Amino acid sequence: MEYILIIIAAVFVNNIVLAQFLGICPTLGVSGKISTAGGMGGAVLFVMTLATIVTYLIFNYILVPFGIDYLQTITYILVISALVQMVELILKKVSPPLYQALGIFLPLITTNCAILGVAILTVQKEYDLIHGVVFAIANALGFALALIIFAGIREHLDLMGVPKSLHGAPIALLVAGILALAFMGFAGMVKV
Amino acid sequence: MSNLNNFSKGLVKENPVLVMLLGLCPTLGVSSSAVNGVGMGLATTFVLVMSNLVISIIKNLIPDKVRIPAFIVVIASFVTIVEFILEGFVPALYESLGIFIPLIVVNCIVLGRAEAFASKNTVFSSAIDGLGMGLGFTLALTVLGSIREILGAGKIFGLNLGFYPLDAEGNPIVILVFVLAPGAFIALGYLVALNMKLKDRLSKKIK
Repeated sequence: MEYILIIIAAVFVNNIVLAQFLGICPTLGVSGKISTAGGMGGAVLFVMTLATIVTYLIFNYILVPFGIDYLQTITYILVISALVQMVELILKKVSPPLYQALGIFLPLITTNCAILGVAILTVQKEYDLIHGVVFAIANALGFALALIIFAGIREHLDLMGVPKSLHGAPIALLVAGILALAFMGFAGMVKV
Repeated sequence: MSNLNNFSKGLVKENPVLVMLLGLCPTLGVSSSAVNGVGMGLATTFVLVMSNLVISIIKNLIPDKVRIPAFIVVIASFVTIVEFILEGFVPALYESLGIFIPLIVVNCIVLGRAEAFASKNTVFSSAIDGLGMGLGFTLALTVLGSIREILGAGKIFGLNLGFYPLDAEGNPIVILVFVLAPGAFIALGYLVALNMKLKDRLSKKIK
């Protein structure tokens, strides 16, 4: 039950893109088509889960025992960028089809603040490892959900007559605003 | 390129938020009030100036292949320093900015300027470039924060404006949604559109 609450809270109530403003750049950048949005969502799911596990272990078994938890930011960002590189190399060798599908999105992920954000939030919320993993997966699903809905809307938007100064980014931001308004309807479903 | 130009291009012509659309996560996340906007902007400016300065000093020592990780370490060090300063001297601001302080590391503006400017230019002009970009970011955040605070809370910099009608309990009737998440997207969307429109009109006039 507790896990289900974490999932509902992270996917709908506190959606990482629409309520917490993490990972906006990729959301605006790669949300032109539903297929690329799905690919990006998959890559984020993969890296976010791995990154949360690795950073959790490093924080609790290396940083805290040595009393150097103020080095959190530096360690995390290095671990995440190294992890992304490693995942890229391993996927290339082990599973070329998966690499074909996710490969181009992987380099973008290092600068996706959602990954670092979730890793830091896991520590802040004092989750244990299993809760942390569930939290990471749920957030990645929330990210993918927002990205795919957004891409669907933008595919239609291309065919609409949009006023000239609203073209491109401004209309995308307004759409995101209305989408966030819709997601606000989930507030109160779960007490976080 | 003159140093004055290096400084001023970040403010208006290449404003990181309104024109280049970089660093949107902190922009949307912390701009619920003008004070938060200024605080976040100045913290990012400090990181930008210092990391541009250090990176342009050590640019010849870093092998090309590992330059990005090296930049990230430099940036992350300054972010940690900022975290300590804010926690020590302005704990209230530290609380309200929350997770967005460590996330300055992944702000695309900082790494973008390191890669595009500081790794190719002299120490002095890199610092100036960082200052200009940082102040441009601060400007955009402050404007956005003020708009959201005025519309959503009837205040600016925490001061009551007082021209909103009051409800039965004496609280001003405001458009609450502007301090919540959707208001951030909508306000920024219109701000970018306004900027585009002004630029359009300006370029027509010059012709």
